[in-house]
Amino acid sequence: MKQPRVGIIGIGQSAFKPKRDDASYPDLVREAVVQAMKMPQLEFSDIDSIVYSLSPDAMVGIGNAERLGVDAVGARNKRFLRINTGGATGISAVAAAYYHIASGASEVVMTAGADKVGECGDSQTVLNKIWDPTYERSLPLGTITMLAMSAIRYAEKYGLTQEDMAAVVVKNRYHASLNPNAHLRKTTTIEEVLASRMISWPIKLLDCCPQSSGGGAMVLASEKYIRDRKLDAVWITGVGHCSESYYIGDRMGRGFTADHADAFALKGAFDRSYRMAGITEPQKQVDVAELYAPFSNTEFHSIEAAGLAGLGESVKQLREGRFNIGGEIPVNASGGTLCTNAIAVTAMIRVAEVALQVWGRAGGHQVKGARVGVASGNGGDHQFFGTMVVEA
Amino acid sequence: MELLKRREAWNITYNHALGETASHFYVQIRDHAKIVGRRCGATGRVLVPPRAFSDQTLEPTTEWVDIGTGGRVETFTIVYEEFNGLPPPPYAFGYVLLDGADTAIGGFFKGVDLSDPAKAAQALKVGTRVTTKFADKRIGDVLDFWFEPEGK
Repeated sequence: MKQPRVGIIGIGQSAFKPKRDDASYPDLVREAVVQAMKMPQLEFSDIDSIVYSLSPDAMVGIGNAERLGVDAVGARNKRFLRINTGGATGISAVAAAYYHIASGASEVVMTAGADKVGECGDSQTVLNKIWDPTYERSLPLGTITMLAMSAIRYAEKYGLTQEDMAAVVVKNRYHASLNPNAHLRKTTTIEEVLASRMISWPIKLLDCCPQSSGGGAMVLASEKYIRDRKLDAVWITGVGHCSESYYIGDRMGRGFTADHADAFALKGAFDRSYRMAGITEPQKQVDVAELYAPFSNTEFHSIEAAGLAGLGESVKQLREGRFNIGGEIPVNASGGTLCTNAIAVTAMIRVAEVALQVWGRAGGHQVKGARVGVASGNGGDHQFFGTMVVEA
Repeated sequence: MELLKRREAWNITYNHALGETASHFYVQIRDHAKIVGRRCGATGRVLVPPRAFSDQTLEPTTEWVDIGTGGRVETFTIVYEEFNGLPPPPYAFGYVLLDGADTAIGGFFKGVDLSDPAKAAQALKVGTRVTTKFADKRIGDVLDFWFEPEGK
């Protein structure tokens, strides 16, 4: 028997900026919530449950900031859950909202959150604290260094130059220039990326995502609710999550099950989403993808994990333009995580952006005729991967 | 209008218990300048750094194994940017598969000129043989040892 579907009926997102001195943290959450409720003209009383999207507290500098978010999402007298899977938080939150409805527990669920990464002067210091105090805390690990080490292994395994990495930045910055909500909207060139200062070999300044401030919100509802009220919706047809084990050093050496070069469990998460959505040939069936890639090099292993290119084949295809708007399968038509990263909602925006694409509401960065979109989010050091398929 | 801000810094103290397995590992480093691993009884896989159970079989590890000081670079990075609370740049660190281990352990790389990023990256490329060096004064921490290219 086919399961009743879950639809997306509302989407809200800030125009992401480096700083938002005009808005406190809950003000930013509220900004996205108001936008998301405007799309289907909902009242707060229409919403049964809230899934709150919030990654490490230290990034916003408020312990259990979901407490402060309760009023911004109108949660009084409602079910409320906070979700945190690091960078994957946003897509995990959408998945939790989906499960509320698919289980029959709720009819209409809001997921929302915000981040003010630009207010934290020490984001890599905060992120260093995600490593265990036993064996790895004394090392200067952070998200940049951890993923620089993935680039080194990817380059060794398949071949990857700094020019190849720069091509990802050029593509995504061009896409972001078409998206008024993106944070870094200035186009760039291969030469400019290569000339930017070295941060963590081989990652340079322009290969890195920015620290963004802004909010995101989505409203999901049951198929029955949507049909009864004749609401406009797009549909979540696939949901998948998958994890890798903890230690980076176990993803190399002898007899490893997952190579730190790749995003092995992201592929596992996509396999689950595709099976649920009945997608057997992603390269033929997927029209548009929003893949969580905060550093340029990570877009390659994400494209491959999504099955949009064979292992090691995405580099050449990206340089040929296959993943540009106007190419065969546009990847990160919004500019992606590389151009906007408000961590608590980044992976939610991936889902929101493919929803806008298949809805035909993406504006200047619309991919013509997109009907099937996929989104992903990555959290921790490859511990938490989430994926979704969204269809018109 | 005039928009105000409030500055604050978090300074929080913890005393993390390392547990039996890591305590033994660090005592061997501190007192004997020796690295040890734990063998998974089910598969024979040697875990370095040592863990009480295998992440693959989920069975408790069964014996201590002495690990060699030589190894090969599995990955690395070289940091040129300063981050608050992290060491002053430049520095190189990464993961090494030590002889006798099946998993790689993290540590700093020293003995490489980091002034030219491309040259330094060549000197640390995946597969480079390295030797483990130990500090004279050791406290029982991963910073008690580091790796240098062989022949340095």
